[in-house]
Amino acid sequence: MPTSPTPAAAGHAHGESGGLGAVARHHLFWPVLALVALLAVNTAVRPGFLSVSILDDHLFGSPIDILRNCAPLMLVALGMSLVIATRGIDLSVGAVVAISGAVALTFIAGAPDPASPTTVFLAIGMALVLGLVLGVWNGFLVSVLGIQPIIATLILMTAGRGVAMLITEGQITTVTSAPFKTLGAGYWLGLPVATLVAFGVFGLVALLVRRTALGMLVESVGINPSASRLAGVRARTIVWTVFALSGLFSGLAGLILSSNVMAADANNAGLFIELDAILAVVIGGTSLAGGKFSLSGTFVGVLIIATLSLTVTNVGISPLVTPLFKALVVAAVTLLQSPVMRRKLAERTRRRGRTAPVVPSDKPADVSTDKVVA
Amino acid sequence: MTTLASSRRGAPSPDGLPSVGRRLRLDRRYLPVVGTLVVFALLLVVGGARYDNFLSVGVIANLFINNAFLIVLAVGMTFVILTGGIDLSVGSVLALSGVTAAYLLRAGVPAGVVIPLVVLVGSLIGLLVGAMVHVFEVQPFIATLAAMFFARGLCFLIAPESIPIDDETFVALASWDTWAGGQWRLTSSVMIALAVVAVAFYLLHYTQFGRTVYAIGGGEQSARLMGLPVARTKVLVYVISGTCAGLGGLLFAMFSRSGYSLTGVGMELDAIAAVVIGGTLLTGGTGFVLGSVLGVLVLGLIQTIVTFEGTLSSWWTKIVIGALLLVFVVLQRLLALRRS
Repeated sequence: MPTSPTPAAAGHAHGESGGLGAVARHHLFWPVLALVALLAVNTAVRPGFLSVSILDDHLFGSPIDILRNCAPLMLVALGMSLVIATRGIDLSVGAVVAISGAVALTFIAGAPDPASPTTVFLAIGMALVLGLVLGVWNGFLVSVLGIQPIIATLILMTAGRGVAMLITEGQITTVTSAPFKTLGAGYWLGLPVATLVAFGVFGLVALLVRRTALGMLVESVGINPSASRLAGVRARTIVWTVFALSGLFSGLAGLILSSNVMAADANNAGLFIELDAILAVVIGGTSLAGGKFSLSGTFVGVLIIATLSLTVTNVGISPLVTPLFKALVVAAVTLLQSPVMRRKLAERTRRRGRTAPVVPSDKPADVSTDKVVA
Repeated sequence: MTTLASSRRGAPSPDGLPSVGRRLRLDRRYLPVVGTLVVFALLLVVGGARYDNFLSVGVIANLFINNAFLIVLAVGMTFVILTGGIDLSVGSVLALSGVTAAYLLRAGVPAGVVIPLVVLVGSLIGLLVGAMVHVFEVQPFIATLAAMFFARGLCFLIAPESIPIDDETFVALASWDTWAGGQWRLTSSVMIALAVVAVAFYLLHYTQFGRTVYAIGGGEQSARLMGLPVARTKVLVYVISGTCAGLGGLLFAMFSRSGYSLTGVGMELDAIAAVVIGGTLLTGGTGFVLGSVLGVLVLGLIQTIVTFEGTLSSWWTKIVIGALLLVFVVLQRLLALRRS
């Protein structure tokens, strides 16, 4: 195995060995194992955890809860994966979630007939357009002005909650509107609508990204923006697009969140969702250095986080302590993924497997080269 | 960007321009800080013109008193950002330090033991982060994110409820104050914060460690090739930031006379905003600790103006800070473009 594989090549290099090792080295192996372990812990604590029953004409049970609760995070993490793949980061998603919920609910609350489908469609449309606009704004700062993503989105993260407060006038806006409630709390074909929407969008984007060249272009921009531009990739447009999409998906997530509780809380809606999303993306094996992303990994990552939150309450620990467990997961995952550990693991496998090709280089892979290309 | 820069460098510049450029370039390091100073002065003028009693020693003195903990946080953050890193954990570490202090004091541990101990808690978390960043080459963003979750979780594990502090020594220390020149009120928190600023200033500008911090921000590879102790310095900046956060927690506990797990949510953003507004480049290598202090004062002054206005709601603070952040970031970007 070469010591310094490019991120994209690493997967192929691993796949060559075949057999059981290939399964263990698959990039989804550890995330899926973690998810299964979490589910096992839950089942051990409460044997009926995995059972799903039919109640009130829809499916009911803890697995369904996980699927429904993870919907907003799924959407946000989807946008985040694409942004991170271009070597960016979007800290403003939580603020966009708050703004989108605030706009939709304020519009519905002010409409003459809150329960009419037209009102609800208009509200949803407005929120989505606004989410897209905010995403475009972030994209403009990053791709046109060339501001670092972390600081460009920090601006909206700071100001965004203020804007959301401005829209709701500092109140927690509540409404009663049956059609709007369907989005976050309704069921269709026995499954939560929120889950169907989130998974549908996720599947669509995954298909678009992986069945066209778009995913590869995104990765090439993440590996080296200048080189990809010289190779004819429209780096600026791609970066702009992923930020716009991130804003759009966050807007949708905000709608689902606010529709689930039928209230727009400018201060607390989507609080820390950016961190959860980044966490999910990292757990899924997407490198924060850009250039390599795995949507299936993000999918599993989101499920892990949703299950983790449920596990903590299920085991009987105060949900307030959840951050501690998240910290342990982040630390474990990042340490396992860290270049140093990979090198050590690679050395061990090399020593065991004599058939492996001789390593040409005498010095370890230089990870810092990634950072030099700015 | 690359082609743009190289074509500019290659273009022959007319006579006379280089010397002007060189003179400008000498100033350039101070330009962002000068900008912050201008904003600060503008805010003072606007406030003074709009409200009576705004331009008083009391208002300025209170600016320091109310933001002492943020000054300390921003100082620590400056070290990290100068190396090109970022520390997201400071808000949580501040809460952890405050909660630990309140919890231990309630348990009857003497203040003389508690105070150094909680600062050490911050240093310890900083050390862990530094080790993750340096030894395991984890990105600062994600390492401090983990530390942020970790510290916040620990807070709730120690005490989910707010703990009042009524230890005599601690309260005496917290309420100690002196009047400089008869009018300028200085509390113990302000003295501590100013001492931290002085130490940081000395460290950054008069020691080898400080030069190394700047060198790492300017180019880590080059710093390593120059034989500078990059590894040690990189770990140390996180220890410094952690220590500052621990101290900040202590100051916040003195300020609020309590320890509560939910304090400091989002405070890391205030600290980062203060550092950026204070003229430190997020790419590292350029910036001043005094600029960060000025950044904190600007944030505090915005808050004060919003309070003075009365009719303005508190969320305007966030919007104005965001807008200011935008202006400064765009200005920084333009400066960086001109340099290349």
